[in-house]
Amino acid sequence: MIHDDVVGNAPALRTAGLGRRYGHVWGLRDCTLTVPAGAVVGLVGPNGAGKTTLLQMIIGLLQPTEGQLEVFGETTRANSAKALARVGYVAQDHPLYRDFTVADMFHLGRAMNPSWDQGVATARMDALGIPLKRKIKGLSGGQQAQVSLAMALAKRAPLLALDEPVSSLDPIARLDFMRELMAAAADTGVTVIVASHVVSELERLCDWLIVLTGGRMQLAGPVDDLLAAHRLLTVPRATRDAELPGLAIHRADSDRHSTVLVRIDPARLAAQERREWGVEPVGFEQLVLAYLQRPSGASTDNPAQAAARPGPATKEVTR
Amino acid sequence: MFRFRLDSASGVPPYLQLVHQVRQSLLLGYLREGDRLPTVKDVVSDLAINPNTVVKAYRQLEHEGLAGGKPGQGTFITGTLSPATPDTHHALRASLERWLRDADAAGLNDDEVTALIAVARNDMRKEKV
Repeated sequence: MIHDDVVGNAPALRTAGLGRRYGHVWGLRDCTLTVPAGAVVGLVGPNGAGKTTLLQMIIGLLQPTEGQLEVFGETTRANSAKALARVGYVAQDHPLYRDFTVADMFHLGRAMNPSWDQGVATARMDALGIPLKRKIKGLSGGQQAQVSLAMALAKRAPLLALDEPVSSLDPIARLDFMRELMAAAADTGVTVIVASHVVSELERLCDWLIVLTGGRMQLAGPVDDLLAAHRLLTVPRATRDAELPGLAIHRADSDRHSTVLVRIDPARLAAQERREWGVEPVGFEQLVLAYLQRPSGASTDNPAQAAARPGPATKEVTR
Repeated sequence: MFRFRLDSASGVPPYLQLVHQVRQSLLLGYLREGDRLPTVKDVVSDLAINPNTVVKAYRQLEHEGLAGGKPGQGTFITGTLSPATPDTHHALRASLERWLRDADAAGLNDDEVTALIAVARNDMRKEKV
């Protein structure tokens, strides 16, 4: 990781049993994870899975109902100036004042953020050829997204949260936006959390992954560890899940054979592998889709997090 | 300057795609010892890719002895890739071409050829274990 020690040694984000209830409904529950500084985190899940709830608690706009949340080692209290200053945020619809010029927006940003770096904001506009005197409503959707990103980066916050930042953009504007975002990550070591529906585009962006469904965390960890912990097995149809060397995450049965995405236990795979089995590595998109298709009540544990951290072994939790 | 590309539909992890492209370019002679690889920042801006991924690919290349970083100057190709002598390489390619022609004559299409190779390789791997 090239961004070690950007903000001390504290992880960018640590949650334990984090949850938020809206009336009688839990928007998110039992969320426990530790994200290292410098990571680029992909946050994936269907609508209503709890992505925005998690993001808004992280940026300090929403108070957790239960559990702990630390951003760079400090407990976050919602709406405190300190919490808000530590996180840059790019919202889904890039809320900007349409009648303001780009320069006006930057003026507002400077007034509201003590750590504002005007040079960062204007240099990005120069590089992108967006005139500061242009009104927001005269900009394309892609340019508006770039203004939002420039404002979030000019805060010089060590954590940047983006909620579906490119869902309204055309493919070229998306690519341009992601280029700017990744270049900023390379330059400053900012930790990034980006919520997105577009799984195929996330692979190149993120080295850390969180999958949410129905307000529950299905999967969280470094992408490489998660991929290494799963295999796609092709087995005779009669093979029962219990005979597989690990937990079956997703199974597709054909007439004679079944393909099963399995969270493998390496020792059991070595001991149990049969000659007629096909064993293949799992791709990013395949892994995400398998977990998205799981019922949200299914058993979850967290092999990658356990492997990445010394300490007590992970429990297999049935919910 | 060497330029990387990414195929998001390939299922191969991005860092491995970068490593493969350097290896392949070395084999094909598009990259030679002393050539400079693009900076991490250049690759990141070009492909909209996670910087850690590029760093990981470059570390892997360094680990394999194929590239090395010079402080302040960038990452350079330091090794050559010769899994076999040019003669062996040539002979293997010739026998592969003969085999592919046989497969073609037997009516196998590209997918069937690829599947057959995958099955054979899988079996060989299991025999080794």
